[in-house]
Amino acid sequence: MYRSQRLALKYLAAAMVLFGLMVVFGILASIYYVHPTFLLNTFNFNTAKILHINTLIIWHLMGFFGAVYWFLPGETGREVEGIALAEIMFWIFCAAVAIVAAVFILVQYGASDEFSLWFINQGRKYVEAPRWAAIGILAVATVFGYNVVASAVKSTRRSGILMVLILDLVPLVVLYLDAFPAMTDMSKDLFWWWWLVHLWVEATWEILIGCIMAWALMELLGTSRRVVESWLYVEVALVLGTGILGLGHHYFWIGTPGYWLGIGGFFSALEPLPLLGMVIHAIYDSGTRHLRAGNRPALYWTLAEAFGNFIGAGVWGFMMTLPQINLYSHGTQWTASHGHFAFWGAYSCGVIAVLYLAVGGSRERKALDGRAWKWSFAMLNLGMLGMVGGLLVAGMDQAFFERALGGSTWGAFIALQHRPWYVEGVWTRMGFGVLFAAGYAMLMYDLLTIGKRRRGEAEEPLKEAAA
Amino acid sequence: MYTRDPAFWRAGAIASTLFMSAVLLILTVNSLDAITPGGSHVPLYDVINHQISYAYDSARGEYVPKIGGRELLFNHQYSEAEAKALIAKGKMVIQSRACMDCHTFFGNGAYYAPDLTRAWIDPVWDEYPGTKRGDAMAAFLMHPFRLGYHEMPNLHLNRAEADAAVAYLKWMSAVDTNGFPNGFGVAQAK
Repeated sequence: MYRSQRLALKYLAAAMVLFGLMVVFGILASIYYVHPTFLLNTFNFNTAKILHINTLIIWHLMGFFGAVYWFLPGETGREVEGIALAEIMFWIFCAAVAIVAAVFILVQYGASDEFSLWFINQGRKYVEAPRWAAIGILAVATVFGYNVVASAVKSTRRSGILMVLILDLVPLVVLYLDAFPAMTDMSKDLFWWWWLVHLWVEATWEILIGCIMAWALMELLGTSRRVVESWLYVEVALVLGTGILGLGHHYFWIGTPGYWLGIGGFFSALEPLPLLGMVIHAIYDSGTRHLRAGNRPALYWTLAEAFGNFIGAGVWGFMMTLPQINLYSHGTQWTASHGHFAFWGAYSCGVIAVLYLAVGGSRERKALDGRAWKWSFAMLNLGMLGMVGGLLVAGMDQAFFERALGGSTWGAFIALQHRPWYVEGVWTRMGFGVLFAAGYAMLMYDLLTIGKRRRGEAEEPLKEAAA
Repeated sequence: MYTRDPAFWRAGAIASTLFMSAVLLILTVNSLDAITPGGSHVPLYDVINHQISYAYDSARGEYVPKIGGRELLFNHQYSEAEAKALIAKGKMVIQSRACMDCHTFFGNGAYYAPDLTRAWIDPVWDEYPGTKRGDAMAAFLMHPFRLGYHEMPNLHLNRAEADAAVAYLKWMSAVDTNGFPNGFGVAQAK
């Protein structure tokens, strides 16, 4: 095994730990919705929320890094260039995450001055990490970029996937610079903030996971490089062709000119197209192999990724993106429903698929099949669907009654808190959140014990795969 | 067939990315002009010296903020420079206390607490008309009281910080947001 792949396993392990913390803070945050004075003035909702969404971002980022470090040596046919530096950066990354989390938990917030922004909390959603830590993330991402580019340059192989990845890393790093400013004008602040949030999550990350899933498909199903690369280019054309101006759906209500209503509505309505393409691709590829692969968990998580991305990001996004609906759905639990489903489908399932591929490639006995992964697969996906459903009911209730009929005032918001559909929705979310957590525990159990369990349970599918 | 050659799809990917990026850049230049204070959609900071309301504009078919006559905040007439400094301080209060991780601004943020886009003109403050409103809101921010089911935590704002946050909310309520939120305050007024 290459050093790069050992580093990949470390990144994937760290990602799984942060995934667990995200679940813990998510359940904690869900309690405030059913019991609003929970830990009031001790550990306020916003602290739980910050920890929930920042662990979300970081575990996915670590998962992506892990995936690329895993596949890169195979792609270039050599050890990753600058691997020693990358190993150091991993520990710096972990230390920085631990310090930031400790400050969020123990200090929470500071006075209204620059010191707070540099060392405690920047208070901008998703990029709350203080500036020193943001510089650290930038350094880690830069070294990661160097590893990829330098390895590609030193290698004699030039693949299309690698070129797409390299070109994608440029905006990925440059857009993160947007984590630093503190503009007074909220309209401008949000204008640029969406360049970071939208063009990461709905553009550059989509391309990044596209490259990762391209490698995964070649390894998992033996799909030909020509087919995978053609699809990747189609995906880039459609994701960026619709997603760049799809940015406009965040510019409906922040003080920007009215033309964004038409542009944002039109292009974001087209955004599900590439995701539909991926579903067709996944069904075709797995169908030609009758759903058989040596690594069944990875295959099922890849399928979950394709469907989850299309339904969670595509369908759920389309449902609320046209301005005539978004005027009422914007900034409600409906948005939270879409956010949970989209992230899970677009990214989490893909990272878990890669995790199973890496485990399959690193353990002595490739004993991957069994009962545990099926239970975790079912519990995680059902838990997510339940949370998404609960939030959708609460969100539609909020859109209709608080927004459309109540006029969005403070009084309308308070009245909403007593409405049965809303209350049922937030309770449902919490309940299914617990199921999701149980699925996470089962996933960890499976990953930690694969190859160490009873021989008979594990070896059967290998024969099947070999036959 | 040419569609079986990845290079065909690569050309499409490059072309669509470059074209859409160019369109985005042009629109960005135009939008930044509109959202600079004093531009077509975002008022100058000294709007806090004026009365602000929200009314239906039948020509546009949506609600828009209306800027009225003089209505001082904290009984002080702010110059544009003074107002800008106060509102910049307000933004630091908002970021340092992570307001956005409970509330939303223009609908962006967390969905745990009310949207603050038009907080300045919320009917809950109707009993504090004119110049009294700023003081009432600042007092609330320093010592939040329970309203219905929810209670806002005490984030230990001093008077200067609370005043700056109130000024921020007053300025923000005058931003033209293409009709968001629709019908704000109308249901209560009926």
